[in-house]
Amino acid sequence: MGLTTQPSEFAADRSRSLFSDSLLDQEKGENMSALRFNEDLCKTCPTCDCLVKCQYMDFSVDEAREAMIRIYEGEDSFVLQDCVTCYGCEEYCRRGNHPFYLITEKRQEKGILTSPRAITRQWINIGEPLGKYRLGEIGKKVLSFGFMPEFLHLVKGKLFEDLMPSYIFGQEFFCNVVYIHFANTSIIKKRLPLVMDNFKELGVKEVVCMHDECYGSFTSLAPAYGIEVPFTPIHYFEFLYNRLKELEGEIRPLNIKVAYQRPCSSRLSSDKHHFVKDIMQLIGADLVEREYQDANALCCGDILGMIFGYDIRYDVQKRNLDDMIAHGAQYCVFNCPACQNTLADKVIKRGIKPIHMIDLCRMAIGEKPETES
Amino acid sequence: MSSIKNVLSDIVGQDYVSNNPEEVYLYSRDPGLMPAHKPDYVVMPQSAQEIQEIVRVADREKISIVPMGAGLALTGLVIPQKGGIVVDMKRMNKILDVNERARYVLVEGGTSQGLLKAYLEKNYPRLRHSLPDAPPTATIAANVMIHGQGRLAQQYGFNSDMISGLEVVLPSGEICKIGSCSISPDWFSKGPPLPDLSGLFLGWFGATGIITRLALKLYPRKKLRDVEIFITDRENLVPDIVYEITHTEMAEDILVFTQPLPMMFKDNHHVSFYITGDTDEELEFKRKMIWDALHGFIKSKDGGFMSIPPAMRPTLLEMPQKSASRLADVKRGGGFEYSGPIIVVERYPECWRKLVELAVKYDLAYSGMVRIIGRGHCMMFGFAFTFNRADPDMMERVRNALKEVSEFALETGGVFWKPTVEEQKMAFKKMDTNTMQLMKTIKNTLDPNGIMNPGNWEVN
Repeated sequence: MGLTTQPSEFAADRSRSLFSDSLLDQEKGENMSALRFNEDLCKTCPTCDCLVKCQYMDFSVDEAREAMIRIYEGEDSFVLQDCVTCYGCEEYCRRGNHPFYLITEKRQEKGILTSPRAITRQWINIGEPLGKYRLGEIGKKVLSFGFMPEFLHLVKGKLFEDLMPSYIFGQEFFCNVVYIHFANTSIIKKRLPLVMDNFKELGVKEVVCMHDECYGSFTSLAPAYGIEVPFTPIHYFEFLYNRLKELEGEIRPLNIKVAYQRPCSSRLSSDKHHFVKDIMQLIGADLVEREYQDANALCCGDILGMIFGYDIRYDVQKRNLDDMIAHGAQYCVFNCPACQNTLADKVIKRGIKPIHMIDLCRMAIGEKPETES
Repeated sequence: MSSIKNVLSDIVGQDYVSNNPEEVYLYSRDPGLMPAHKPDYVVMPQSAQEIQEIVRVADREKISIVPMGAGLALTGLVIPQKGGIVVDMKRMNKILDVNERARYVLVEGGTSQGLLKAYLEKNYPRLRHSLPDAPPTATIAANVMIHGQGRLAQQYGFNSDMISGLEVVLPSGEICKIGSCSISPDWFSKGPPLPDLSGLFLGWFGATGIITRLALKLYPRKKLRDVEIFITDRENLVPDIVYEITHTEMAEDILVFTQPLPMMFKDNHHVSFYITGDTDEELEFKRKMIWDALHGFIKSKDGGFMSIPPAMRPTLLEMPQKSASRLADVKRGGGFEYSGPIIVVERYPECWRKLVELAVKYDLAYSGMVRIIGRGHCMMFGFAFTFNRADPDMMERVRNALKEVSEFALETGGVFWKPTVEEQKMAFKKMDTNTMQLMKTIKNTLDPNGIMNPGNWEVN
């Protein structure tokens, strides 16, 4: 099979929406599908939650509104320098506006780097398709590991027995959404059509996305950029939940207290966030009601260190872990392997066991988690 | 000649002397690119007294004698240029004493790095030595004889700086002690407060004597060790980054690497540094000190800390590093050689540009490998090329590239590290005349018959 490596033209088709089914009670804006920022929505916003709720910068309502308008009008704002790219504002906005994409667009226009050049360059190089992808036995429905090798080990057992080894892995199937962390949507626009071509070539009809970024990319970014998605994306939380329902008779309630480390990319698929609670309920895990969860979730800190250095990373990680401890969490459940790589050792040192959501679900049906085998 | 073999057999036993073709073949070469030259005999002595007798025979018969550790220098330093006797030191591999409180170890001249590492880990878990990133069979004596560098180079300098006493068989056959051990039972200093005579032997590649025992300084081994990698796309900034890290005095080892593959390394310069601590607090304190020292580069977007993938961290933390072995097979066929001039850190940009220029010119796979020596006092910049041993053309291209590196190194103010015989000649041409004359006087005084590793450091 020869997968595509060269960019193809793509037309502007803004027919699908981003965050169309958010947990939050959003007032939907007319321009959601385009990921465009609507100034009028912003000017009349009574709460300016986008920035007021930001975990990393402090704003009053008026300051927040003024900052967003300045950014929209192309003026300088410290937000363009200080935004940590957590994507949170996209979820905080109750009016379906797109503050994060505005910030990203303006950063890109002004050439304002989020991360150091070398880091940006490294990430762009890492995602370069080189023909080293891996394919399992591809069926009409596949598991997409994106470009996260951790899933090659994590995905196993009864939960996946109907699908494995129908999987894909490699840069050729990498959604490239990570580049919005680097205020570089042009690389996404260049590579995503190739990824779609590769999926088309495989002839798959349903893709279970093992990472929020992939799901968010296929359900929102691709349509917003006018890129045809030739399959139905399924979030893996939804897949896990449905499989657990099928295996309900085998579930042994875990009776453990867990904290959930919500990743930044989860904001791109916030409509699926409810599955965290749903799954925990199903497997008898007590999801502790802590301060930094759901909309208030804190970044794992990796990107913060890259962009801003030691202090903010240390502060955020410490607050996050203190919060887990204070609420009696025995386990820290990860969704994103990158978050797990960043925080696993740190939570262990605080007496909490790190575990990926897949492993937690496997544990509930009597299987041994990969991290313990 | 058979009588020489008989004499040598009488000294070391017939099982430890050979002039069989297959053994002579093996001892005629090293893993690098230097032309082979056969010895007449190979001997494996077990004591200083045996070496003493061998040297006396060689001196009497005017036969060349080449001491050899594991033969891993790659630059042909133990290839017997004029035949003669190769003295393979591997049987002299005993660890004789560890003085825990004075932090030194006394070993025989053929003791390997791997043996000492394992011994200390098992018996003295709070002590370590400056392990070079060579295969574990590399010997401690050979390493200091070439002024090798190890994992503690940034903190304590060249491995030869960490010597605290020598026992040497001179070319005349006398056994001579160097340092405090010459008047004391304790091997705590290679010279001070006495005149430091160790310079008569260290760096001479065995051309002035054979090390039969040596004491090596040991250092605290902390319970925890971690690694961070700071990356920049500007080669000009690397010296500044190194300067800031060394200023903190918080790092153990500092390395810089640059290579085009895999893709995650393309286009950037990677300053990796190691931190150690007995507690998490100590480790974190050191980490913060260094992160803060580099904050200006992060703020200006000129550099940042990369995420180290979990699979990569154990590789980075392993000692010795096996990355050179992996690089050696990039082109399949297991060939690898580098030229590693010692040069001031501020010349990093020129060195890197030369490396890339040569890789393009000769169509070679490359890696730039740097180890910082001292608190930024200098660095070893390794111009490393990999080649297929079954491809003579590629090997020739590597030779030509390395020749250009030698010329470049001298022009740029560098000094050859473990130079080939040809590089030694180049060095003499550039060296201060009086220095060269002093070396000549030393060599001729110690070895008037020119039997010790001839071809090396010979002033003609």
